[in-house]
Amino acid sequence: MKAHSPKTKVVETAPLAISGTKVKFRLDAKTLTTVHDYMVKSRVLEERLIRMYKQNQGYFWLGCPGEESFLVPLGMMIKKGQGLDYDYMHFHYRASAPMLVMGADPMDSMRQMQNTATDPYSGGRNFASHYSKREWNVVPITSTIETQYLSAIGTGIAQKRHGGDSITIVTGGDAGTAEGDFASCLVWASRPGNELPILIIVTNNKFGISTPAHTQHGEKNISDRGKAFGIKSATINGLDVEESWFALKDAIEYVRKERKPFLLEANVSRLYGHSSATGANFITNEEDPIASFEGKLEKAGVLTRKEMDDLREKYNAEFLDMSKRVKDEPMPDASTIYDHTYAGQKGRYW
Amino acid sequence: MALHYGEKNLGVKDIFGEDVGAPLGGVFTATQGLTTTWNSPLDERGIIGAAMGLAFSGDRCVAEIQFCDYIYNTIDLLKLIGNQCWASNGDWNMPVTVMTPVGSGIRGSIYHSHSFDATMTHIPGWKIVMPSNPLDAYGLMIACLKDPNPTMFLKPKALLRVEGNEAIPGEPDLTPEGKKLLRDMIDKPVVGDTSNWKPRWPEGLTDYTVELGKGKIVREGEHVTVVSYGRTLPLCAQAADALLAEGISVEVIDLRTLWPYDWEMISESIRKTHRAVFVNEDTEVTNFGEHLLRRTVEEHFYDLEARPRLVAGAFTPGVGLADPLEMASVPQLGSITQAIREVVSERA
Repeated sequence: MKAHSPKTKVVETAPLAISGTKVKFRLDAKTLTTVHDYMVKSRVLEERLIRMYKQNQGYFWLGCPGEESFLVPLGMMIKKGQGLDYDYMHFHYRASAPMLVMGADPMDSMRQMQNTATDPYSGGRNFASHYSKREWNVVPITSTIETQYLSAIGTGIAQKRHGGDSITIVTGGDAGTAEGDFASCLVWASRPGNELPILIIVTNNKFGISTPAHTQHGEKNISDRGKAFGIKSATINGLDVEESWFALKDAIEYVRKERKPFLLEANVSRLYGHSSATGANFITNEEDPIASFEGKLEKAGVLTRKEMDDLREKYNAEFLDMSKRVKDEPMPDASTIYDHTYAGQKGRYW
Repeated sequence: MALHYGEKNLGVKDIFGEDVGAPLGGVFTATQGLTTTWNSPLDERGIIGAAMGLAFSGDRCVAEIQFCDYIYNTIDLLKLIGNQCWASNGDWNMPVTVMTPVGSGIRGSIYHSHSFDATMTHIPGWKIVMPSNPLDAYGLMIACLKDPNPTMFLKPKALLRVEGNEAIPGEPDLTPEGKKLLRDMIDKPVVGDTSNWKPRWPEGLTDYTVELGKGKIVREGEHVTVVSYGRTLPLCAQAADALLAEGISVEVIDLRTLWPYDWEMISESIRKTHRAVFVNEDTEVTNFGEHLLRRTVEEHFYDLEARPRLVAGAFTPGVGLADPLEMASVPQLGSITQAIREVVSERA
């Protein structure tokens, strides 16, 4: 197994207390700035991908705008590497933010958007935001809703047996929790004496494509479902960076140490709709966590408006350039359609 | 015994499913006495999903669905397991084996008699096997456990208690004494206190392997090629033996691996006999045998001297419990023999 040191370490130093303002952060300025940087990077990447889609440089877009405040802290706490000593990620298709935090090249996301042969995640075979990276234990993201809650059971079993502090992290949306697979995950993760080290995350954006959650779900909180299984659980405001940070920190520490599951529900926004299938236009009636966070950062004097605008402009320029360069990259060759049906197999095999 | 060999020598860490572990050791007792078995919740999607995750972790497992009748609610997961290597452009392989009893023959009624070969062969990315005798069952399981890809081991439930006529390397010889000795060694007594029972596995078991994708000619013949697998294979062999008396020489191929299958063997045989019959017991519409028929027609049309045939299960919603219903629903010795006879007697 090839091992990697986690690129991003969670460093918590003296909390930032700024007298004379109403904004007080518990995290230090360096951490806040880092989180902000990744949030903006993720948003600008998604907006670039949307433009690529709208300019006919790809067939389909879906992603995570509106969840960055939760997903960036999550990405920063992942123990990255390959094999059982490291965390396993069973992400759903709103995972650009943690992938960027883990060190993914934004240009690779564009390669997948344009389905080029150089797309490292699927070689031009899968939709945008369907990441896969064995080197980092990121299992292939699928379009099937909630099946990741099942495969998470398996890596959880292997990690429990292996020992150490690595955990399985699975993410999904609120609508998909109606699938039985979500219930399966709760059952299997809490078998008496065989509890599994799985952080079960639901990012609740309150919609299933066009269907409001409140028209289909009677439960007050999705996390309440964990209680029936004795699974520690919480519902948090995932639009708040610090609330997300400390809730994730507590949950991850619990799962790493206790080797038991934790169900964490984060209420988030969905700022460009479900996907390009619903237009991928900016939604103005939901909270934008970056705008909220930037307002606080500015008030607290952590970053100036100009610094934040410059950062966004820097990523805009970088990613525009990348998207232009991706245009010149080759499409997969038609002769490769059978390749990798089996491990190491090339060409038609039957 | 193959699973025992696998957990001792081939890195199998989990053999699991409903009632797979102690005390039962499987509803057919096929997993009795193994050391890595455990019981799962009654949740087929959880079982296949867990197997998928274990494959991601690199840990080799064997997951069982108690009857293939209950595997149907996992089809999308089987598709996912089958496409993970392809979808990730080769980044992930999935070393996982799923086994499940299939077919009729135990008067299993509507929900214990389904076949699964037609459906399973629609799902790319898997290697699919179905043995017809104990020696092949052993060798195919070993092959599955060595393969870095998803493997589906279909167990013809009608044959699970049928003795073979070729010994598995390492097991006692096939004399009545040897068979009793083996039963005493590995079958848990059905009466008395068995709480401390442990099997005594034969010490000389080997990694005897039946190569995946390789069929076996079980009867050589000249007049017609009969291709089958699983429960219907011994019936085809019996039919071939009976038809000798009528001067009909039947070549019987045991396909053993359904996907990828041994087309070279089938093709070569058809070139020799110029006639073909495909036999299995799954329902006849969009049956795997239809694929073999299509390929036979496309590639051997001018080699054929008679219309090729498919002998398969009736396209009914299930296999009825009453004896006449089951017998009429799936191929039996009589219908197979008659189909072969007709193909051979048909004039070009």
